Amino acid sequence: MRPFVDIADASFNYEGRGGVTPALAGVTLRIDRGEFVAVVGPSGCGKSTLLKLVSGLDLAKAGTVSVAERAVSGPLNIVGMAFQNPVMLPWRTTVDNVLLPLEIVEPHASRLRTERQRYRNRAREILSVVGLDGFADHYPWQLSGGMQQRTSLCRALIHEPELLLLDEPFGALDAFTREELWVVLENLWRKQKFTAILVTHDLTEAVYLADTVHVCSKRPGRIVTSRVVDLPRPRDVYATEFVSIVRALKDDIVEVRGV
Amino acid sequence: MTGKRLEDALPWLFVIGLLLMWQLACVMFAIPKFVLPSPTLIAVSLRDHVGPIVEHSAATLARTLVGLTIAVALGVLLGLAIGSSRIIYRGLYPVLVGFNSIPKVAVVPVFVIWFGIGTIPAVLTAFLVSFFPIAVNVATGLATIEPELLDVMRALGARKGKILLKIGLPRSMPYFFASLKIAVTLAFVGTIISETVAANSGIGYLMMAATANFDTPLVFAGLFVIAVLGIVMYALFALIEQRMTFWAKRGEGLMT
Repeated sequence: MRPFVDIADASFNYEGRGGVTPALAGVTLRIDRGEFVAVVGPSGCGKSTLLKLVSGLDLAKAGTVSVAERAVSGPLNIVGMAFQNPVMLPWRTTVDNVLLPLEIVEPHASRLRTERQRYRNRAREILSVVGLDGFADHYPWQLSGGMQQRTSLCRALIHEPELLLLDEPFGALDAFTREELWVVLENLWRKQKFTAILVTHDLTEAVYLADTVHVCSKRPGRIVTSRVVDLPRPRDVYATEFVSIVRALKDDIVEVRGV
Repeated sequence: MTGKRLEDALPWLFVIGLLLMWQLACVMFAIPKFVLPSPTLIAVSLRDHVGPIVEHSAATLARTLVGLTIAVALGVLLGLAIGSSRIIYRGLYPVLVGFNSIPKVAVVPVFVIWFGIGTIPAVLTAFLVSFFPIAVNVATGLATIEPELLDVMRALGARKGKILLKIGLPRSMPYFFASLKIAVTLAFVGTIISETVAANSGIGYLMMAATANFDTPLVFAGLFVIAVLGIVMYALFALIEQRMTFWAKRGEGLMT
């Protein structure tokens, strides 16, 4: 059986006024169903581009990308996404922000009109899982950055996607909030059993959350090393094994940066 | 008086102060009333001509509102088109900018040739001067949507129409209302320009007729009515704006 996400020798380049900028050159990556994967690497190595190829927002210029045994040829609605910028809709309350994907993805979109209350309850439920009970009727500007990011995770997961794509989702948060959200995300993952791809520069975050950490080379990116994190969850970031994996990854990155 | 009540009274205090100075200047320098009538003379003229003034200002108001309604409808549609299609943006936008830079007074005679004098040229002029800021602002609202938000929507398989409905329209509402406040005052300008040139009713026409009779107090009474109408419409739209886009204004801005 093919892996859930199968990227084989995929390349991508951006064509702009300044000419062609290669972003990815021959990425090969296999991700099993239900696996949590992190991609780390020097900044500008095309990690975000990789997510766009998997989501179908961009199509590989060479090589193949397939998800759930089907070649990706356009946006997939089995995907949820969250970014560093939580991008809430300021005119909607928290719960209505979370409901947004359901207004687009079928079969929910056509059911939403008649079963609004049931869907709202579902949104409130997931909000309480991430610790936002009592904030469902607040507007985004009344929430802190960490709360907005929690909401953004809820929005990414409300339609129960099979694949969650995270582009440095905790990059703009303070260290305490970040670590709290690792736990929140891990709990959601254990509960909903989706496949996750996390792009990050935070090696501790990668090792805390991921089953496998892939290291990306500098631009144009490809995967140079993969390290399996075989530690029991929830993980202790101060344990010797944990620290040694982080250190090994750090050495990998120093090597690929070539400095 | 508390600070809040004083703040509410401020515009009235300013107006009263201004009128007092005006009255004083007219009396002290013995300014002839056909040059600059004093506020009391204007008030008398307003009272004496209340019937015609109400009638003519009703005509002006109606023309302005019809023109503005067309401007809102076409302006929003055009703004959505410009903001969501590169072809329309590249092709149509420069044409619109060029068109907008034509002084609208210069277009009124053309309308008169086509439609004769009266209501139609006034409505068309009101529409022409007021639709451009609406279109530009709605387009700007669409152009400033966060790219991540578009990615979220596209990744879910949302089509352009749905993105426009769910994100684009609400996102551009604060821009739309900002432009509406400009547009309503401009629409009055448009109507009155046209009425002064080509009409036999409306405040603009009334003022031209008064000018011909050297009835300067009546001209000023006309100006006063226009100002009042403008302020009322502005306040009305500001109120609707507050109700509709409360989410866009979170603080006092730079005001201290």
